Amino acid sequence: MKLNVNGESHQFDGDPAMPILWFVRDMLGFTGTKFGCGMALCGACTVHVDGAAVRACTTPVSFAENKRITTIEGLAKGDELHPLQKAWQQHNVPQCGYCQSGQIMQAAALLAKNASPADDEIVSAMSGNICRCGTYTRIHAAIKTAAEELS
Amino acid sequence: MSATRELSRRGFLRMGAAAGGLVFTLQLLPFGQRSAAAAAEAAAAVLPGLSPNLFVELQRDGGVIITCHRSEMGQQTRTSMAQLVADELEADWARVVVRQAPGDPKYGDQNTDGSKSVRLNFTRLRQAGASVRQLLHLAAADTWQVPVAECSSELGVVYHRASGRQLGYGELVDRAAALPLPEPASATLKTRDQWRYIGKAVASVDLDDVLHGTARFGMDVQLPGMLVAVIARPPVVFGRVKSLDDKAARATPGVVDVIQLDPPSPPVAFKALGGVAVIADNTWTALQARGKLEIDWLDGDNGDYDSGQFMESMVATVGKPGTVVRAQGDVDRALAGATKTVEAVYRAPHLAHATMEPPAATAVVTAASAEVWACTQNPQAARSSVAEALGLKPEQVVVHVTLLGGGFGRKSKQDFVVEAALLARATGKPVKVVWSREDDIQHDYYHTISAQYLKAGLDAEGKTIGWLQRTVFPSIGSTFNAGQVSPLDFELGMGAQDNPFAIDNLRIEKGEAKAYTRIGWLRSVINILHTFSAQSFACELAQAAGADPKDYLLQLIGPARTVELPDLPVKYANYGAAQAEYPIDTGRLRHVIETVAERSDWNRKRKQGRALGIAAHRSFLSYVATVVEVEVKADGSWIIPSVHTVIDAGTVVNTDHVTAQCEGGTVFGVSCAIGAISFREGRAQQSNFHDYRVARMSQAPRMIDVHIVPSSAPPAGVGEPPTPPVAPALCNAIQVATGKRIRDLPVPLRL
Repeated sequence: MKLNVNGESHQFDGDPAMPILWFVRDMLGFTGTKFGCGMALCGACTVHVDGAAVRACTTPVSFAENKRITTIEGLAKGDELHPLQKAWQQHNVPQCGYCQSGQIMQAAALLAKNASPADDEIVSAMSGNICRCGTYTRIHAAIKTAAEELS
Repeated sequence: MSATRELSRRGFLRMGAAAGGLVFTLQLLPFGQRSAAAAAEAAAAVLPGLSPNLFVELQRDGGVIITCHRSEMGQQTRTSMAQLVADELEADWARVVVRQAPGDPKYGDQNTDGSKSVRLNFTRLRQAGASVRQLLHLAAADTWQVPVAECSSELGVVYHRASGRQLGYGELVDRAAALPLPEPASATLKTRDQWRYIGKAVASVDLDDVLHGTARFGMDVQLPGMLVAVIARPPVVFGRVKSLDDKAARATPGVVDVIQLDPPSPPVAFKALGGVAVIADNTWTALQARGKLEIDWLDGDNGDYDSGQFMESMVATVGKPGTVVRAQGDVDRALAGATKTVEAVYRAPHLAHATMEPPAATAVVTAASAEVWACTQNPQAARSSVAEALGLKPEQVVVHVTLLGGGFGRKSKQDFVVEAALLARATGKPVKVVWSREDDIQHDYYHTISAQYLKAGLDAEGKTIGWLQRTVFPSIGSTFNAGQVSPLDFELGMGAQDNPFAIDNLRIEKGEAKAYTRIGWLRSVINILHTFSAQSFACELAQAAGADPKDYLLQLIGPARTVELPDLPVKYANYGAAQAEYPIDTGRLRHVIETVAERSDWNRKRKQGRALGIAAHRSFLSYVATVVEVEVKADGSWIIPSVHTVIDAGTVVNTDHVTAQCEGGTVFGVSCAIGAISFREGRAQQSNFHDYRVARMSQAPRMIDVHIVPSSAPPAGVGEPPTPPVAPALCNAIQVATGKRIRDLPVPLRL
């Protein structure tokens, strides 16, 4: 099958049940998408399929056939960072950084649907993404900042 | 920036391929737009720069590579270690690149735990930077034939102001190479007011890579020809394979081999746990094929472990006199003569580390060498553990340290690195061992399970006149000495022996408890359970006395003084530091409490359903006080609208990262309060985030206010001290809000 990842088309002839996570990591070398739980419980693997946030660890590649997969590596437009990446910089959000790709991709999908989310909407949208370093208050603040930037 | 990033990524792939997989750019992690040029040039440099010591390499183009020998797991040690060197070197931060050191004793202590990276390296790394700066002054003086005292430097340039001449550090490399390095210990260090980077909120050197998804963690290592292994480990520690049917696994396309690993002999230490490894050409195939293994296990002696029954046996133990580890006055007489006595038993369960990145390690092994890439907190232990497992000398093993996707003490243990080495040897190929979340939760070195008994006597005025505490928990020592049934000195010094209260009659006792699983250290370690019990009990005493919990806590602590602990039956460890330099200073403890009370507006009455709780503790030589605000809804669910926390960690290197550690340590404390691992038939009953609860944004504080006490005291710990006060402060708040005293953790999400 043909899979489009970050704007480039790739041929894949392996197991169609292989989760997107392992395809982008092991086959394409896009290791920014992280393995955290394998059960869609932590959000570290979040990518976009046609702009919607999906958990790549449980979503088979067959689901993405003829659709566009975007990983963290494809979020910035060339040199122009996504407003969330800028806001993450401004708030110095990451600690270890491992979950942050998933956090940013989840937040980007939220803002794409809801340009100015209320506090509770942010909490609700982001509570599927675990950060063991505990950067939640900064994630929340950075999403607010990016939302202001966008509006 | 993106061009450099792309170059960096391609360079990584190219170098990996060209060198047969043995060169990996993790040693040189470029960062930031400012350093893009330096990073690219450094990566492409043909001529090596000048390395006057272990930590500084001066490049001819003016770039400076600073080696970080501590492991990065989110505490930003790569940034703070570089800040120390760069400040005294008077380097231009925009030209600084951080290189990660491999595991090698020549760097000194690389064991990144115990919140001690800054403490151990604060003077040493400044001296390393200052002596190189002095060397550059000598080289410039030599070039210009002027007295060295007339040379000065600023941001990577040496000046001779009188003649208006200047030379960049890069231009001085050849001249400096011919001169001896001045003695680091006699180098003149800057005064505090001259610090350029120390004490400032310098952004993380890895921030940019994280935001682009190009930061390389242990899980991300990819070598040409590499195979991926996942392992079915015995569900019970010291269990072994009784019978194995691997036909279906072997028949899976992409599976290369199925290999049995021997179980360890006691003590478990950092040895591989044994089991059955499935080796495949990609991770998904390996995970799938492992599920097809049919294994019968022999459980061995730990197969009866039931943590619920075990807890009750520990509760029975704390009900009886134990071995005294600190005593003053006459506690029995004080309790007998008290107007009122209060007693309580506190229970706290096992916890798992659950780092976001599960353990992962990659190895290449030949007959006379091993090279590994691992997210390890302790690369020297990784080196010696791999050497021991393979029958090699440590000098034959190279350990590259990747970024760590969280550590919290889990990645101090080298079992996963040993597994990679054993399987690389068995296959003759590069092998990456990947732990799944289930592997991680079910085969951890768990935070210990504990029971605490406390009893106090109050006089007619409500003053505490006697304090008895008995502590019982399986010791970390059991991991290294199978017969260890009693706490080690350092464990007793984490919130038990070091009780700072001004109580005339005080006795601390320990009891025995055997370990039936691997016990390890988790962020703030035994302080978690001791602070939970002691700071909860302090609040219970306040209530018994009819006093305000904050006022009563200050009364228990008493006046500002140094708590002396002479002649204890068991030596007080004080986190390995001299008490003369790092005393138990109740003045500083009082100060963080008074400050947090002020910042949280402690005396203001909260609206219905909301309440505050306070706790304070000195750990890792730092002082932290925390006020948790809880809001309990009609259905019993609760949230944490705010937390205020104040830390006195002495001198701090990076104010923003200390703030971040306080925020993160607070959230970690919430996780410690709501999480639990239990055992039945020797098996951990939880397996993933659906049944092992950690704080999500919904449970985390909505707001965390952090205040760092300005201090010129010697630097103390930061990564761990914010965690211990959280659980007791939360439980104290819940008690005020609901009248319910929680003495058994975990705190339910619905009260």
